[in-house]
Amino acid sequence: MSTEATPAQSSAPVSQATSPTAPSATASSKTADAIEAARAQGRAAFIGYLPAGYPDKETSIAAAIELARNGADVIEIGVPYSDPVMDGPVIQQATTEVLARGFRLPEVFEIVAAVVEATDAAVLVMTYYNLIDRMGADEFARRLAEAGGAGAITPDLIPDEGGDWIAATEKHGLDRVFLTAPTSSAERVAQIVSASRGFVYGVSVMGVTGARDQVSDAAERVVSAAREAGAERVCVGLGVSTRAHVEEIGRYADGVIVGTALVAALRDGGPAAVAALTAELTGAETPR
Amino acid sequence: MSAPAEETQKYRDHEGPYFGNFGGRWMPESLVAALDEVEQTFREAKQDPEFLAEVHRLGRDYTGRPSLLTEVSRFAAEAGPARIFLKREDLNHTGSHKINNVLGQALLAKRMGKTRLIAETGAGQHGVATATAAALMGMDCVVYMGSEDTRRQALNVARMRLLGAEVIPVDHGAKTLKDAINEALRDWVASVEHTHYLLGTVAGPHPFPEMVRWFHQVIGDEAREQILAMEGRLPDAVAACVGGGSNAMGLFHGFLDDPEVALYGFEAGGDGIETGRHASAITLGRSGVLHGARSFLMQDEDGQTVDSHSISAGLDYPSVGPEHAYLAETGRAIYEPVTDAECMASFELLCRTEGIIPAIESAHALAGAARLSRKWGADGEGKIIIINLSGRGDKDVETAAEWFRLLPGQANDPIAEAEAQQRTGDSASEAPQTGVQS
Repeated sequence: MSTEATPAQSSAPVSQATSPTAPSATASSKTADAIEAARAQGRAAFIGYLPAGYPDKETSIAAAIELARNGADVIEIGVPYSDPVMDGPVIQQATTEVLARGFRLPEVFEIVAAVVEATDAAVLVMTYYNLIDRMGADEFARRLAEAGGAGAITPDLIPDEGGDWIAATEKHGLDRVFLTAPTSSAERVAQIVSASRGFVYGVSVMGVTGARDQVSDAAERVVSAAREAGAERVCVGLGVSTRAHVEEIGRYADGVIVGTALVAALRDGGPAAVAALTAELTGAETPR
Repeated sequence: MSAPAEETQKYRDHEGPYFGNFGGRWMPESLVAALDEVEQTFREAKQDPEFLAEVHRLGRDYTGRPSLLTEVSRFAAEAGPARIFLKREDLNHTGSHKINNVLGQALLAKRMGKTRLIAETGAGQHGVATATAAALMGMDCVVYMGSEDTRRQALNVARMRLLGAEVIPVDHGAKTLKDAINEALRDWVASVEHTHYLLGTVAGPHPFPEMVRWFHQVIGDEAREQILAMEGRLPDAVAACVGGGSNAMGLFHGFLDDPEVALYGFEAGGDGIETGRHASAITLGRSGVLHGARSFLMQDEDGQTVDSHSISAGLDYPSVGPEHAYLAETGRAIYEPVTDAECMASFELLCRTEGIIPAIESAHALAGAARLSRKWGADGEGKIIIINLSGRGDKDVETAAEWFRLLPGQANDPIAEAEAQQRTGDSASEAPQTGVQS
């Protein structure tokens, strides 16, 4: 069926028949470069997440800079959203506070620009899709690229619905990171791998963000499934909170993603605590 | 807005994932396998005579189907010239239309080997229905409910607990239906192996909009047959309240391909669209993605969801099912807001003239249909409107008592009585308050 009617905002979803654009091997990817640089040093990349504007704009920039100074190769700046269905209580509480103090979306681009300016890390944003959709995928990508951002992780966007975002990121030379899960079929993993640019995000457990005692044994299977589908870089996140987790995952994945533990550190001890935890997690001897 | 091409005039039995520009699966990858499993199970079950027989048997022997079609002449006479019939989903077991979808999905859950049902609820009607189905089929049940709603609907919380369900109050965000859905999704992503998320409306990711509609189609199919048997013709209009939109979609579906039947959906206008305190996502008309579907969505300039407001917990949702968005965009159905005040006036009128206490949700449809009848004026003579009385108002007696100042300490207050009188009087003569398309 079809209709000529146009939606009030943004453009139409792509049909499932639209195949995602294959990642171009020649296009440069800031995130891929950062992960490859870690690989050249014989280690997995360390990827740290912090919410934009938490607890305020200046502190969130300072904390992100501490991440990079203490060994983070890639930084994820989370965009606060009213309905964060993939986030557990720690991140929810932090982003809810940020929204309550009147956070507006353009602040994200300012924070990205400030962190890019002060560090060598690749800086991604992690955002729920409606925030991209409302601004318009092309405009969001343009502003992110202009701020020096590397790209975006979109936890509630699957490639099937990603037509606009894939086109926008291609146009503006940004990475787009889709997630693959323990339950993803081989067919879906192939689709996700081919649609992603920069790396593929392997979800280690079925659940939302939050520190866990153990790394699920599903994580290794998620990574090997993605590799079988041709992924060059697979990073693992969800539940990672200790140096032991980082070492364990680093044995089979190209990067290790830590979020909740860092957010809790920032909440309890400010940027200094983020520095200390990052140094511990990355195996740096002392916080810098 | 353009009319669909000739060959797309058929609206019935529209399959997902897309409804025009709306619908889809805006969901974390972790849930896609589960959604595929639900879809496949649903498609197989629809072809299975045993499954169909079981759905029919439960509808007849447990729910009490078919539900009555009742002409309400005294109510109609006070509203305007048209004749009004109520599709009596309020008489179903558990007190609303919700049971139709719940029994169907619970059967599918068993078919998938799931042992636990989770659900979100606003007014509590869907939670009660889910708790009921879980008790009937011997399954575990957890219901997420915004803490604002557990307060507004305390009686339904007790009902769910009596039925053996665990009710978890949700304290984040606006503490209403949308936040309950967020929490149910967080549960599901971690429990999907043994748990079915029994979504209660025609929203959410594919296949929910299509599947929930399918289980509610019986409402429209029965109403169509009943009015043909009683009056020998189709109605001029059918009307229903729209929050997520399941009762409306169930009724509309029976008439989608009868162009002579106008379809009216009435959204919760809260304090009035102009105040910003409402739940009229279609009237507002901003496309966005929330809870797995692209649809109309109440959102700010950044794309953050805006909190909705309504006196009725069941309509207090900032988005709407994607098929409604499609029917609105194609012009096949018309959607208008009804304010709290208009709704409560019709609530009172139905109680007083017909001896039927409606759910406050359904009273939005009563008020909208009454407005339509008034608007028709003399042209409405002999016209027929069918309203879906989607639920009964037992759960709402306390809210209504407060609204009409019938509680101890409020009674015998002459100012309050005059105000209540005023509200009732006003709505009988006033034009739509919001001035949106009609």
